[in-house]
Amino acid sequence: MQPNYFDPFVLPFTLSMFALLTFLVFKYGSWIYRFGASDRKKVFKGFFSRNSWLAMKEIFMEGLLHRKIFKTNRRLGYMHMSLAFGWFLLIVVGAIEAHTFAKGSSPFYFPIFFRFFVPGTHESFFSDGFTQLMDLLLLFVLSGLFLAVLKRFKSVWVGQTKTSRKKPIDRVVLTSLWLIFPLRLLAESFTSGIHHSGGFLTGSLGTFFGVFLPINQLAYPAWWAYSLALGFFFIGLPFTRYMHIPTEMVLIFFRNWGIKLGVDNPVLMEVEINSCPKCGICIDTCQLSSMAGIHNTQSVYFIQKLRYHEDYNQVAESCLMCGRCEAVCPVAIDLNSIRLMHRADVSATREENFGFIPVQTRTADVIYFAGCMTHLTPTIKNSMVKILNASGDKYWFFDKEQGACCGRPLKLAGQLEAARELVERNRQMMMESGARMLVASCPICYKTFAEDYHLGMEVLHHSQYLERLMANKQISVEKLEVSAVYHDPCELGRGSGIYESPRAVVQNVAKLKSSVYQKENALCCGGSIAHLTLPLEKKKQIARETLRLLTVEHPQVIATGCPLCKKSFTGESGTKIMDIAELVAKALVAKPVREAAKQQKEPVYL
Amino acid sequence: MTMKTIAIIGAGPAGMEASGSLARLGYHVVLIEKEATVGGHLKNLFQLFPDRRPGKEILTHLVQTIKHPGIQIKVNSEVSEVQKLDNSFALKINEETMNADAVLVTTGFDLYDATEKEEYGYGIYPNVITSADLEQMFHNGKVVTEEGKTPKRVAFIHCVGSRDEKAGNNYCSKVCCVTAVKQAIEIKELLPETEVFCYYMDIRMFGPYYEELYREAQEKWGVMFIRGKLSEASQNMDGSILMKAEDTLAGKPLRMNTDLMVLMAGMVPSASSKKVAQQFKMEEGQNRFFKSADNHYRYNESQQMGVFIAGACVAPMNITDTIANARAAAVKIDEYLKN
Repeated sequence: MQPNYFDPFVLPFTLSMFALLTFLVFKYGSWIYRFGASDRKKVFKGFFSRNSWLAMKEIFMEGLLHRKIFKTNRRLGYMHMSLAFGWFLLIVVGAIEAHTFAKGSSPFYFPIFFRFFVPGTHESFFSDGFTQLMDLLLLFVLSGLFLAVLKRFKSVWVGQTKTSRKKPIDRVVLTSLWLIFPLRLLAESFTSGIHHSGGFLTGSLGTFFGVFLPINQLAYPAWWAYSLALGFFFIGLPFTRYMHIPTEMVLIFFRNWGIKLGVDNPVLMEVEINSCPKCGICIDTCQLSSMAGIHNTQSVYFIQKLRYHEDYNQVAESCLMCGRCEAVCPVAIDLNSIRLMHRADVSATREENFGFIPVQTRTADVIYFAGCMTHLTPTIKNSMVKILNASGDKYWFFDKEQGACCGRPLKLAGQLEAARELVERNRQMMMESGARMLVASCPICYKTFAEDYHLGMEVLHHSQYLERLMANKQISVEKLEVSAVYHDPCELGRGSGIYESPRAVVQNVAKLKSSVYQKENALCCGGSIAHLTLPLEKKKQIARETLRLLTVEHPQVIATGCPLCKKSFTGESGTKIMDIAELVAKALVAKPVREAAKQQKEPVYL
Repeated sequence: MTMKTIAIIGAGPAGMEASGSLARLGYHVVLIEKEATVGGHLKNLFQLFPDRRPGKEILTHLVQTIKHPGIQIKVNSEVSEVQKLDNSFALKINEETMNADAVLVTTGFDLYDATEKEEYGYGIYPNVITSADLEQMFHNGKVVTEEGKTPKRVAFIHCVGSRDEKAGNNYCSKVCCVTAVKQAIEIKELLPETEVFCYYMDIRMFGPYYEELYREAQEKWGVMFIRGKLSEASQNMDGSILMKAEDTLAGKPLRMNTDLMVLMAGMVPSASSKKVAQQFKMEEGQNRFFKSADNHYRYNESQQMGVFIAGACVAPMNITDTIANARAAAVKIDEYLKN
């Protein structure tokens, strides 16, 4: 016969836990129900697949260990890990301990309040070990809590110069969360003090408190308080950022089952919005915050506005879309896409007529698309023409005289329908040319060609094309006597994952210097066409600050792969800004390889 | 009473005219010029608007003015150090130190560096030139393209580096509109068969007889005025320039070929002004030109006691206004030194 493990104080915890679980089942169920048919199929197919294991591994690495936050800052990582992983272990080890003791079934709140129901020392398997281990885990969690409290007062200490502003309900629930562990410590210590039990932490503290506190009277209220804190937390959870704790796990499963956000999956977007922990890591990384003094538009605030159905129009527009927040987001929320989806809402759709663009096609092997920004920086265009002529490739300069826009500026402004129409027009001409390759000089164009055009031909940014020309010996270059730091354009780097090709190109023609702000951590030049309302002076402010950080090693040249970056930097920079195409054109050895080959052949024909 | 000394920095029209006036008032003037000859930008002007008077005529007159025993001219000279004393300044010039009871700054302007607007192709395409380059061609009596051909079409682009937020210059340089009109007429006189176009934002004819000149350009010479900014330029195989612009009156994008494209580069504060501002701790206005102590009553006084300003270092100005402004400064200096 099992002893009666019940006391009224377990009710706040137990009832709130039931309420929470019921809510979550309905909420998640409704998401799956509202998914499109194909996504729903993925859920059912994915559930029993290997991908579920991968998801669990990811939940362990990111949700519990917080590997990604460790990369941002070790103290911040430890804080999150000790709270999440520590609490998780407390639950798991506590459950094992309780079940070992009960040897079978027990109420589900039993492990949570184990010390209350089994206060004294007891003889079951590994009982002493469990006691010490549980104390250690509690200490582990408390150490994280200590950092969390510290962060509220001095966020710099955990590597954040700014932490997110909280809503009042967040504060209430945050307080109840903070209280859970100290109250547990007190309750367990008092009980241990009375029964002369407990581990190195609760036992010693119990004895200590016993000296000057009426622990006999305090123990029971302490257990009530502990249960109430838990109850408050679980009831408040769905209304606050702590919704991210369960939802993030669900999101990881959905992702591993192959459900994608794209720009048209409002249900997954809701899952992502609810997965935002409001950690505020996106605030420090945002250059609008650190360089332009704009503090209301960072992704954490944007997501918050969406979640609480506040007016988001102005904030949706105020973003460089540089992707720096996305790169550091511990939950990997598709922040750019979500913003884009909400721009589609705010910008009115207009009837576009692209009839003025003549449809004409030429046959070629390679299509070269300079893009509007390259036309505004003709040195880049001329360099590419020089290189293309030397390459021997049969090319068609698509937008030499009157080509259309690639469509991405329209897309970034939320004019999705107009963008689609433009894309279709260009696509038709490109497909008819029979080309095997499309080379774009502008990363903005490149990204849209690669992602939205579905051309069935290779799409390269000119950095990849130049790398290939050099590797194939289609062109030969002579290394220049200059040092250069390479600035990763947002759309090429974080946007398209092209980091190495431009570096290989620079290395071939100049002495490449490295920078702290490179690759995923590269800065935005400030000239982003994605920000629809940023005043010019702020853009210049960002450009100047970025230039200052880029030139600490005193390179002679700042090389980049984007005409827009070049344009935003020029005029603000004391260091020469050059596109990699300009560097290559300058380093080009006049005698093309093909010419040499022809000369060798000549005697045969004579 | 010993004779008081005034240092004038910059021997362009403003510095020269002020020197003459002050010398005639009985002061000792030291006129400091960093270049080898006096005259400043005036040296480069073939004809002045609106009356088409040769620039040389004005220069000759100004050179006569500064031939005065009270004026000591120091060319190839720059102020290297400044020390503020109680009621005067100690200036170090070419390793010599002089004492000045008052200083007049007439450091003028620099032409906006048109290479900064890369999309217009200056410095990239040889047939894109600035108004200053064209003025030089007029001096040489021959307007030809890079290839040595007579241009069949010439396009003027107004407001290059002026009224341009992106270039960092929100102000209007004032003189470019009328200069373009003058140069358009000069081209038509020289090459009657050549078509001339002006691409403008607004036509600002601020001086007497400027409007008449503008009308003459249209009615007598058939110069075409198109309201719209150039968006980009590229080069055709034959070296001519393909322009893309918008005709904002017709509301249509347009493309046009031209053999010669002339950029009406605006005025920016000169590099010397920047240096002098630091030396004398003078304040700059929002437009980076010198800031007057008062825009109406003390226009020629800087914020620094004893330091006066005149000419295009205060604001974009034509020759007529520069000369009048220099004389006004001379009167103010005279009043200052007498009290």
